[in-house]
Amino acid sequence: MTPVVALDHVTKRYGRVVALHDLSISVDAGEAVALLGPNGAGKTTAISLMLGLRRPSSGTVRLFGRPPTDLHARTRCGVMLQEAGVPELQTVREIVELFATYYPHRLPTRSVLRMAGLEEQAGTRQDRLSGGQLQRLFFALAMIGDPEVLFLDEPTVGMDVEGRRAFIATIRERLRAGTTVMLTTHYLEEADQLADRVVVIDHGVLVADGSPAEIKSRVAGKRVTLRFARGVDPALFAHSPVTGLHVEGPVATMLSARPADVLRHVLAARQDVVDVDVGGADLEDAFVHLTARPRADD
Amino acid sequence: MTERLAPFAPMLAAQTLSMLRHLLRSPFYSIFSLVLPLIFWVFFGLPRAHHTIGGVDAGAYLLASFGAYAVANVMLFSFGIGIANERGRREDVLMRATPLRPGVDLLARLLAAMAFGLAAVIVLSLFAWVTGGVRLEAGRWLVLVVRLLVGALPLLALGLAIGYLVSVNAVPAVVNLVGLPMFLASGLVVPLAELPDFIQRIAPYLPTYRYAQLAWDAVGAHADPPAADLLWLVGYTVVFMAIVLRAYRVEESRKFR
Repeated sequence: MTPVVALDHVTKRYGRVVALHDLSISVDAGEAVALLGPNGAGKTTAISLMLGLRRPSSGTVRLFGRPPTDLHARTRCGVMLQEAGVPELQTVREIVELFATYYPHRLPTRSVLRMAGLEEQAGTRQDRLSGGQLQRLFFALAMIGDPEVLFLDEPTVGMDVEGRRAFIATIRERLRAGTTVMLTTHYLEEADQLADRVVVIDHGVLVADGSPAEIKSRVAGKRVTLRFARGVDPALFAHSPVTGLHVEGPVATMLSARPADVLRHVLAARQDVVDVDVGGADLEDAFVHLTARPRADD
Repeated sequence: MTERLAPFAPMLAAQTLSMLRHLLRSPFYSIFSLVLPLIFWVFFGLPRAHHTIGGVDAGAYLLASFGAYAVANVMLFSFGIGIANERGRREDVLMRATPLRPGVDLLARLLAAMAFGLAAVIVLSLFAWVTGGVRLEAGRWLVLVVRLLVGALPLLALGLAIGYLVSVNAVPAVVNLVGLPMFLASGLVVPLAELPDFIQRIAPYLPTYRYAQLAWDAVGAHADPPAADLLWLVGYTVVFMAIVLRAYRVEESRKFR
């Protein structure tokens, strides 16, 4: 079977900057893949290459076995991009109906607006939508052509908690219906909830590719959280076997393969330890461990 | 794998309608292209009623002038501001990721601008008829309309060049800075004969002057033979399109390579 998306030894340079280095990813129909990585890892570049919005410096990109610029291939895709615009001074319904004419099989406007949770905003002009509503409009536009694959580049940016939850539920529904999903995110929770496969890239290089459980198991260590009565200096952990150290006021979190050693050292040095928590690493920890630097934001 | 693509005609029709909605809803276009020619008519046309300009009735002459102003303005605004907007708001990025066929967007923009320009000329003609009793023979009027629409091609190209070269924030100012002096110096607002000498000497080198000549000739006023004007207009189109092509390539390599 032809893969839905195939990057084969793809390298992408912007001038002297190498955005992606020798990246190979193949996604089969029905898979839900999360492309994970810190900001600047090359996620958006990878999506742009898959959609033919950018050209690889070397290597090949195929969408349904065709060049990604092929209109036949694009007909089968739904796309949510970061920082994209829709026609100005038009209502939600007008924009959705416009995009519907681009596709040979279209879904009814009403059902797409319902899916996106925009029924009440159908008559609202695009410039009067909130950030979250605008994201949902992009989702409606991605869905109008009844796509076999959805490309979602940071889809929940700008959504509130409730909106994000509803959105994730909608995507899960699409997954059950058999739609292939290619998602980029820096919300690990999202990847954990949506993806059956996680591809981690950092500095344009693939660092891990597996199920969320496999990625988690890549981290041998434990997550250690320490609460102190007073503030804590990160230097305290300078000689301990920890990675992904994060200190905020009196709370320090870190990963360690030898938590007992860490605790021994800390308890000897500080008398004001209030609380200790040692637990199994989650996907976020795995991510921090794999990319060896803290998440850039959120 | 031979899935069909979406049919071309409904795609183009929807895209054109979308552009027309945009034109009608943005006050920029309606005021400058629909209303300003009427204001010109009241202030410059009515006082000259029953005079003669260029050997014809002043009403007919000014109808051609203001009509040329209206259509030229639509082209410059729709392609200049429109394309700069599309680039600045990154509408082009999303459109490229859809199976929208290449060229449909530009073709739709052209059709919408033509329709809007036609509407502007009709409104102006009716207004001139009602307020000033200006009546053109149907045949002449049709020739005028066709020349105004087809002859506007170099202005479309100039608009495109501005649209690809100028940022979305600067483009309204640039379009007006390029357009307004050019329109004024070509005699589109105040008849050329009433303008300073040096402007009368510059005018023949301006694309809008050549464009207006086609219109003045259509209503029977003294003008150079249309063939000469056409040659000028083709030359301008070639030059502007060369600039467009260059700017387009730069944009492509920046955004889509």
